Amino acid sequence: MRESFGSWTRTGSPWVWLNAGAVAISVVMVIGLLALIAVRGLGHFWPASIIEADVRAADGSLHHITGELTDSLTVPAEQVRASGVAIPADQETVTRYLVKIGNRDVYGTDFRWVLKDQIENADYPEALMAVERREWGNFYGYLISVKQDGQVIAQQAVGENSIWPEFEKRIARALTIHEEIYQIEKHEIGRINYAMERLRLKQRSLELKGKDTPQAITEIQTERRVLDAEYKVLQQKLGDLYVEANRDSFVAQAMDGQQIEVSVSKVVRAFQPNMMHLGNKIVFYGEKLWEFMTDEPREANTEGGIFPAIFGTVMMVLLMSVMVTPFGVIAAVYLREYAKQGFVTRMIRIAVNNLAGVPSIVYGVFGLGFFVYFLGGHIDDLFFPEALPAPTFGTPGLMWASITLALLTVPVVIVATEEGLARIPRSVREGSLALGATKAETLWRVVLPMASPAMMTGVILAVARAAGEVAPLMLVGVVKLAPSLPLDGNYPFIHLDQKFMHLGFHIYDVGFQSPNVEAARPLVYATALLLVIVIALLNMSAVAIRNHLREKYKSLEM
Amino acid sequence: MEAQAEMKNTDAKTKSDSKSHGIDISAMNRGAGQELSLDNETTCIDVRNMNLFYGEKQALFDVNMTIPKQRVTAFIGPSGCGKSTLLRSFNRMNDLVDGCSITGEINMEGQNIYQKNVDVAELRRKVGMVFQKPNPFPKSIYENVAYGLRIQGINNKRVLDEAVEWSLRSAALWDEVKDRLHESALGMSGGQQQRLVIARTIAVKPEVLLLDEPASALDPISTLKIEELIYELKDRFTIVIVTHNMQQAARVSDYTAFMYMGNLIEFGNTDMLFTNPKEKKTEDYITGRYG
Repeated sequence: MRESFGSWTRTGSPWVWLNAGAVAISVVMVIGLLALIAVRGLGHFWPASIIEADVRAADGSLHHITGELTDSLTVPAEQVRASGVAIPADQETVTRYLVKIGNRDVYGTDFRWVLKDQIENADYPEALMAVERREWGNFYGYLISVKQDGQVIAQQAVGENSIWPEFEKRIARALTIHEEIYQIEKHEIGRINYAMERLRLKQRSLELKGKDTPQAITEIQTERRVLDAEYKVLQQKLGDLYVEANRDSFVAQAMDGQQIEVSVSKVVRAFQPNMMHLGNKIVFYGEKLWEFMTDEPREANTEGGIFPAIFGTVMMVLLMSVMVTPFGVIAAVYLREYAKQGFVTRMIRIAVNNLAGVPSIVYGVFGLGFFVYFLGGHIDDLFFPEALPAPTFGTPGLMWASITLALLTVPVVIVATEEGLARIPRSVREGSLALGATKAETLWRVVLPMASPAMMTGVILAVARAAGEVAPLMLVGVVKLAPSLPLDGNYPFIHLDQKFMHLGFHIYDVGFQSPNVEAARPLVYATALLLVIVIALLNMSAVAIRNHLREKYKSLEM
Repeated sequence: MEAQAEMKNTDAKTKSDSKSHGIDISAMNRGAGQELSLDNETTCIDVRNMNLFYGEKQALFDVNMTIPKQRVTAFIGPSGCGKSTLLRSFNRMNDLVDGCSITGEINMEGQNIYQKNVDVAELRRKVGMVFQKPNPFPKSIYENVAYGLRIQGINNKRVLDEAVEWSLRSAALWDEVKDRLHESALGMSGGQQQRLVIARTIAVKPEVLLLDEPASALDPISTLKIEELIYELKDRFTIVIVTHNMQQAARVSDYTAFMYMGNLIEFGNTDMLFTNPKEKKTEDYITGRYG
C-alpha cells in the first residue's frame, strides 16, 4: 500500500532519519579525523625500506640515488612541463615520488622529488644502512670501515656486511658513554649550577638587607668553594668521557660515491631496514614509538621525542584544575546560596556566562599584562629583589599560564556547579536544617558532596577546553624548547616560575616554524594524535571520578 | 538478588508481625478509657494570636492553641488549610521561605521562639521534624543517624555507636538494619527510610517531634509501622502530626485540631472531636462533606 508523504511525515520517521543522519555524520567525521592523524602520524615510525635507483635527468645523464620513498603524488603533466622537464605529449598526468635522501650535511637537503618515469634499475640492497644521527638527520649509505683513534679496525667492500657486528658494538659503547655524559650534564652539573645560583641570590639578598657581615660572606664563600671543587671533578670526568666517546668513527659511502667519516658518538641508532623481517620491524617500531613518547626533542624538534611537551601539558592542566575548582565552586555557592537573588546577581550571572565566550587570545593578553607584568613584577619586587633585574615571576611561566587558563575556564565550573546546586532537592536541605545544622554546616556536609558530580562535570569541561588552548599560552609561558622540566629534584621541586613546553604549541612550532618542513610533517600528525590521547585520558580520569561520586551520591529517586 | 530475597523476607516478617500485634492501635491508645482534657495537661507549646503572611497573602489567622506535653496532637483539615504552615512555624522552618512574616507569639518553655535572640539551630535541635517524603542523606545508615550529633561536635565513637543503636531501636529499625549500618541509606525501602529519618531526628533527643504527613508517601504496612512507632514514642516526646488521613488522626492522636482556610476551627480531645464536634465545619469535614 502506498503511503502519502503527509502520513509518513506524521509518523515522525523523517525526524528519526534526520537525527540518525546527523549522528552518523558526526561519528564519521570524528573517526575520520582520528584515523587520518593516526595513519599519517604513526606511519612515520615504521622502518621504511631504502631504495637504490638510477634517475635519468633531462640531459640524459644518470644519477645514483638512495633513500626512503616517503610520499607519492600524481600531478598534471602540464605543471611538470612548465618546470622544464620533457614529458611525452600524450601523457596527461605524472606520478612523482618524494624521496628522503638524508645526508643533509653532504647535500644540503634531505628530500628530493623524483618523477616515476625517470627511475631506472630500482633495487633494495640488503647491505644499505640507515643511521640516525644527533645532528644533520639520517644518513643512508654503505658501511665501509670502522675506525678507532683514526686507525682502521675493520673494513669491507661496498655491498658486504661482515663488519656490522663490530659497528653495532661500538655504537652500543658510545651510547652508554653518552648516557653517562647526559646524566652528569643534566643532573649533577645542573644541581651544582642551581646551588651556585641560590648562593649568589642569597649573597645578593644579604647585601640588599645590609646583613652581609664578613662572617656570612665567608660562609657563602666556603660553600661556593665546595661546589667549585665538585664542579671541577665533574668537569674533569666529563672531559675524559668526551675523549672516550669520540674514540670511534665510521666511514660510509653515500649515494654519489663520496666516502664520509662520522664519529660514532653522533649515532643514535643504525639499522638495515632492507634486511629486517616483520618481527624486527615491529620491535623497531615499538622502540621508536617509545622514544617519541619518553625522550627529549632533538634537531629543532624535528627528531627525538616530545616527553617534555606531554609533561608540561599534563602539569599545566592539573595545576589549572587545582586552581579553577575551588574558585569556581566558591563563586557558585555564593551566587546560588548566599547572594540575594536580584538584578545584580542576574547581571553577574550574565557576565560570567559571557566570559566563557571571550576569545582565548584576549585572556592571553590580559594574563601577560596583569598577571605577568603587574602581579609578577610586584611579586619580584617584594619577594625576589635579589634576582633583579632578572625577573623571577615577572616573566611568563607555568604558574601564570595555569592561572590564565583557570580564569578562562572558571565560568564553565561556575555554571556547572550552580546547576548542580539547584538540583539538590529542597527536602534534603530541610532535613539537615531540621536537625539543628546551620546553613553553612548543611552546605558543607550535605549539599556540596551531593553537588560534587556536577562540579566534576564543570572540571571535565574546563580540562577539555584548557588542554586544547594554545593561543593564550604563547603569551604567558609556553616555549619552543624548555631546558628543564618544571618538576625536578632541586628544591622546591615544582618550579612554577619556569617556562614549559606544551603539545599544542609544539604542533604549531613543528608544523610552521620548523626549518625542515618535510621531515617535521609526520611529527605534526603524531603530536596531534598524542595531544588528543592526552586530553582523552585527562578527561576519562575526570569522568571516572565523577561516576564514582555519582554512584556514591545517587540522587534520591522515589 | 540477595538483597531482593532479603526484602521479601522482611516483608513477610512485617505481615506476620502486624497480625500478631493486632491493628487496633486506637484501642491501645485509649487504654482504660480515662477522659483526656486539655485543662489537665502541662503546656509544651503555647501559640498566642499568631498570624502568618506569605508576602501579602495571609495564611494563618489569629491562631491560639496550646500543645500539651508528651501527648500526640494531630492537625487535620483540607489541603491548603495551613496545617503544615502552622507545624513548620514551631521550629521556624518557615524562615526559609522568602517573604514569610509572623505576628503574635509562639512560646516554648516561657520564651517566644520568634524573639531576635533565639538561636534557630538550637531551637531546631529541640524541635525535631520529619517531612512528608523520606529525605535520608546520601550517606550510610549509621552516618545518617549520627548526623545531628556530629553537627553538635560529638565525634566520640562509643557515644555515637550507643546513640545510633538507641535511636534505631527506638525507631523499630535496629533489627532490620543492624547488619548493614554502613551501607547507603538510599538502598532502603521507603518505609525504612522514613523510620530512619525518625531515628535520625530522635537521635539528638529533641523535646518535640513534628511529623508532617509522615506516612502519606508510604504503603499501608509501612504506615502501620509508623503509627505503632508514634505510639511507642509518645511517652518520651511531645508529638505533633499533620495528617490528611482522618482515620490516622483518630488512631494515633490524643488531641486533634481541625483547621480550615487558615483558621483553627476546633481543637480538643480526639474522641470528642470525632464523635461530637462542636462546630458545623468540623462535622462537615469529618463526615466527608468536603475536603
